[in-house]
Amino acid sequence: MDHTALSLIELGAVFFTLGVLGRFAGKLGLSPIPLYLLGGLAFGQGGLIPLGGISAFTDVASEIGVVLLLLLLGLEYSAAELFTGLRRSWMAGIVDIVLNAAPGVAVALLLGWGPVGALAMGGITYISSSGIIAKVLGDLGRLGNRETPVVLSILVFEDLVMALYLPILTTILGGISFLGGLQAVGISLGVITVVLVVALKYGRYVSAIVDSENREVFLLKVFGTALLVAGVASAMQVSAAVGAFLLGIAISGSTAENATRLLEPLRDLFAAVFFVVFGLNTDPASVPPVLLWAVVLAVVSTLTKIGTGWWAARRAGIGRLGQARAGAALVARGEFSIVIAGFAVAAGAVEGELAALATAYVLLMAILGPIAARVVEPVARSLQRRGNRFSRAAEQPS
Amino acid sequence: MKGVNVEVTPLPGIGVRKDFALSSGRRVGVVTHRDGKTELIVSKADDPDACLASLPLTADEAGALANLLGAPQLVAQLTEEHRELPGINTKQLPIKSGSPYDGRTLGETAMRTRTGASVVAVMRAGQVHPSPNPDFTFTSGDLLVAVGTSEGLDSAAKILQHG
Repeated sequence: MDHTALSLIELGAVFFTLGVLGRFAGKLGLSPIPLYLLGGLAFGQGGLIPLGGISAFTDVASEIGVVLLLLLLGLEYSAAELFTGLRRSWMAGIVDIVLNAAPGVAVALLLGWGPVGALAMGGITYISSSGIIAKVLGDLGRLGNRETPVVLSILVFEDLVMALYLPILTTILGGISFLGGLQAVGISLGVITVVLVVALKYGRYVSAIVDSENREVFLLKVFGTALLVAGVASAMQVSAAVGAFLLGIAISGSTAENATRLLEPLRDLFAAVFFVVFGLNTDPASVPPVLLWAVVLAVVSTLTKIGTGWWAARRAGIGRLGQARAGAALVARGEFSIVIAGFAVAAGAVEGELAALATAYVLLMAILGPIAARVVEPVARSLQRRGNRFSRAAEQPS
Repeated sequence: MKGVNVEVTPLPGIGVRKDFALSSGRRVGVVTHRDGKTELIVSKADDPDACLASLPLTADEAGALANLLGAPQLVAQLTEEHRELPGINTKQLPIKSGSPYDGRTLGETAMRTRTGASVVAVMRAGQVHPSPNPDFTFTSGDLLVAVGTSEGLDSAAKILQHG
């Protein structure tokens, strides 16, 4: 068999398997991300089926996957929404950072991964999966609930934090000197501010550049612009993903909606490759030794996210059940934790164990998140009922 | 609108929620998705933060629901105004699918000449079209608000149904 034929067969087998896994996840009402990761672990290095010959494609494709993940995230929000979100939820946002980065930082330091590993692990446990959460809220019919805007504005805040965090992470991972690091952070802060202001005031011009009546032309222009911006951002040390995110924010209105509709299938395809490649590069044998830490992190960071949502909802005047729902809704971690771990591993500045821990952690959290969101109501109700019974019993000593 | 305070809450990345509290304390409203989908939301009785139902509605369904809610209001208002004139009634007359006037104009019904009843408004997709002209074209789902005598309104209803 010649090389091309083998590559096509391997790629076809990978995508087909992912499709079957995705369907299985859909039936169980789960996010497909953990299954993609498992698929990646099963293929490749140390896995069941070794794959050779497609890495040239999958390496570029997984980079494109990250760019598209962030581009579509940016397209979801308009600059105005980001600003109102920032103004309304900055306090909850800061509580969110402190509570949820802490477990990751602590575990990284305990394992002796140093400050760089701590920075990466903090990001991994901090960032909730807006993709999983938005889908779960829609599936459970909670979009009309009063606590939902609280949850969404925390997610908006987290995504803005990502725009700052990723360039800082990439610079530090790059091992650039302290001064160079400061410079890069300065550049990225400047770029982000300029882009946000441009998006707010002149967003329609940015939209006009990429917009077109013709679907095909539109697709090529949007996709091309995204890769160009990502490439330039990457060359400026701002991180390709953040460039794409900012472009997404700058594109607004109906152009953003059309772009989302066109790019969604591409995003699903390339992001799936990204998750598989991440799994591929993780040796399954390295997972069991860190499994206990992953479970510890999962338990602790589930509690801290519930605490964050509970606190934010309580401040917004939401009732008890709503507070519990807001907390549990935020639990899911997913795509962006893997994006962070991917950066850290690609830079080679952290221990290989970090990839294994991140994989195990996201596997747990992407499954646990939707389940937590589902079971929180019955659990909270029964706790409340039991609490009432106790207090009634205490009131009437026979 | 008297005493109804519609709250508009942006849902970043999803759309907008518009709702208001009923006198019973429950909330009712809609979630409008950015792609134009509409969901009708009704809050739970025991937990005002949560939704008992969130029903996705198509544009047609939302319009029909708006008609059902809006038309009786208009009829009640007109009836109230005509109270001093005995013998005058107000009634809602639907254009059902299969009506001979689905797709034809008000003028073609010759309603006033044949029955003495006048069509004072047409409700379509929750919108009131007041004093329609003779060239106003009906479509199935429209609700006509007509004023006339009881007999006149009865025969108007028959005309709209059977021609």
